[in-house]
Amino acid sequence: MTIKEKQDELISDFSFLENWMDKYEHIIQLGKELPLIDEKYKTPDHLIKGCQSQVWLHTDMQDGKLIFTADSDAVITKGLVSLMITVFSGHTPKEIAESEIYFIDAIGLSSHLSPTRSNGLLSMLKQVKLYAIAYEAKSQSQKNGKEL
Amino acid sequence: MQHVPDITVPAIDVEKIRKDFPLLQEKVYGLPLVYLDNAATTQKPQIVLDTLMHYYIHLNSNVHRGVHHLSQEATAAYEDSRKTVASFLNARKSEEIIFTKGTTDSINLVAYSFGRGEIKPGDVVLVSAMEHHSNIVPWQMMCEDRGAELKVIPMDENGELIMSAFTELLTDKVKIIALTYVSNSLGTVNPVRDIIAQAHARNIPVLLDAAQAVQHMPVDVQELDVDFLVFSGHKIYGPTGTGVLYGKEEWLDRLPPYQGGGDMIKTVTFAKTIYNVLPYKFEAGTPDISGAIALAAAIKYVQQIGVENIQAWEEQLVEYAAQQLQQIEGLRFIGNAKHRSGAISFLVDDIHPYDLGELLDKQGIAIRTGHHCAEPVMGFFCIPGTVRASFAMYTTFEDIDRLVAGIKKAAAMLR
Repeated sequence: MTIKEKQDELISDFSFLENWMDKYEHIIQLGKELPLIDEKYKTPDHLIKGCQSQVWLHTDMQDGKLIFTADSDAVITKGLVSLMITVFSGHTPKEIAESEIYFIDAIGLSSHLSPTRSNGLLSMLKQVKLYAIAYEAKSQSQKNGKEL
Repeated sequence: MQHVPDITVPAIDVEKIRKDFPLLQEKVYGLPLVYLDNAATTQKPQIVLDTLMHYYIHLNSNVHRGVHHLSQEATAAYEDSRKTVASFLNARKSEEIIFTKGTTDSINLVAYSFGRGEIKPGDVVLVSAMEHHSNIVPWQMMCEDRGAELKVIPMDENGELIMSAFTELLTDKVKIIALTYVSNSLGTVNPVRDIIAQAHARNIPVLLDAAQAVQHMPVDVQELDVDFLVFSGHKIYGPTGTGVLYGKEEWLDRLPPYQGGGDMIKTVTFAKTIYNVLPYKFEAGTPDISGAIALAAAIKYVQQIGVENIQAWEEQLVEYAAQQLQQIEGLRFIGNAKHRSGAISFLVDDIHPYDLGELLDKQGIAIRTGHHCAEPVMGFFCIPGTVRASFAMYTTFEDIDRLVAGIKKAAAMLR
């Protein structure tokens, strides 16, 4: 699935949930199901700045695709992290860097979450894109035979 | 739902009081609002809103300078407000009341002026382990500036000050003690009389942060014999951006001014400025005139209901809330002082306070989560923050029942 198709699927999933308590229940469920991150990545340099609860994000490159793993000390945040990972994991840095992200607004997360929480979500988005851009720059310069 | 123990204080008609507060009639997410974030700020009664409006429609003019009618009216109203605050705190003189922007502003004023006038390198300033950042940082800044040392009166795991440690900290190096009357994060009421007595035995002045006290209990500065006492208008049903510094006349006379500008001067030449008398010496620039007048309206409203009656009502609320919350599985109190007022902090299992707060919000229940501007307190308990429910004269037993039901529902989702 493309990043766009994944976003559309998430939007459709959420549209079946009528009220915000149900949507939260779904987010919390996703948070509980989020695969555990390797404990060795829960270090300060994996922390995302701008989140009121703590979020650790780790990136791996496998076969030219980025794989994200993450954790948080707050389960709602974990659910939101899970949404991010669903959308981005398994795509090339170029696809991620060039993607247009609209599911956050479309689901209504930006208007319904508390401001600190939605700021955290935006920080996370920024961080994911930064990782992708960094990987992309690295692979470009390797193609050009330059040392990094 | 089970209700109310015996209400022993019929003196307060909470339903009637609630009608005076327009915001309490609002709904959030289509649900009647349960407002339990009163330690952050209280809602405003209609009389406070009317007073603000009346000022700008009928009185607006600058104070202390004009010869014209409006200026005199505005000055009279502003100075009357000072008298209202003075009588509320039982100050000897209204000149001992300085209007400020709030508690933070009042503490900055004292820290700056006291530092400049009284502190030498090697001196010590004492604060407690449960202070709000606004009663830490101004002193820290001043101490760095003056080469002085900030020392901390420790607390125990119940959130009570360790008095034996306080006594040991009292040396001749200590020049001032700045202490909260009631902790904003734990609800602890500190033994301020004992602390003031011990401090005065060594001629050390005491500043009390009464931001969480004046709206909950009678405060008499003469009876306390406190040297400085500060509070915020917006936490006692008044407008934001208003605050009070009470200082004993001899102290305020002795300290140098804080900010320079209009109103705080007697004569100005480029060679030398002679400062004005109290209270103007500490009120540079055009003050928040409408705010001060509306703050006086809020205080009169509180006096009309009676601080003692409010205290009796709120004590029952705190007791009932503690009793009901205790029955929630996995709930633990952060701070369990014998004497507490206004607020209860807690956590449920290992549920993050933000998660709990967010799900309570979606049920129309406003509480506060986080470190409550008291990071050292959270550090002491090794927690990221707490959930805090805080009360006001208009809080009802039904509010607490909805809080308890809301926590149960949220916890079931989050576990």
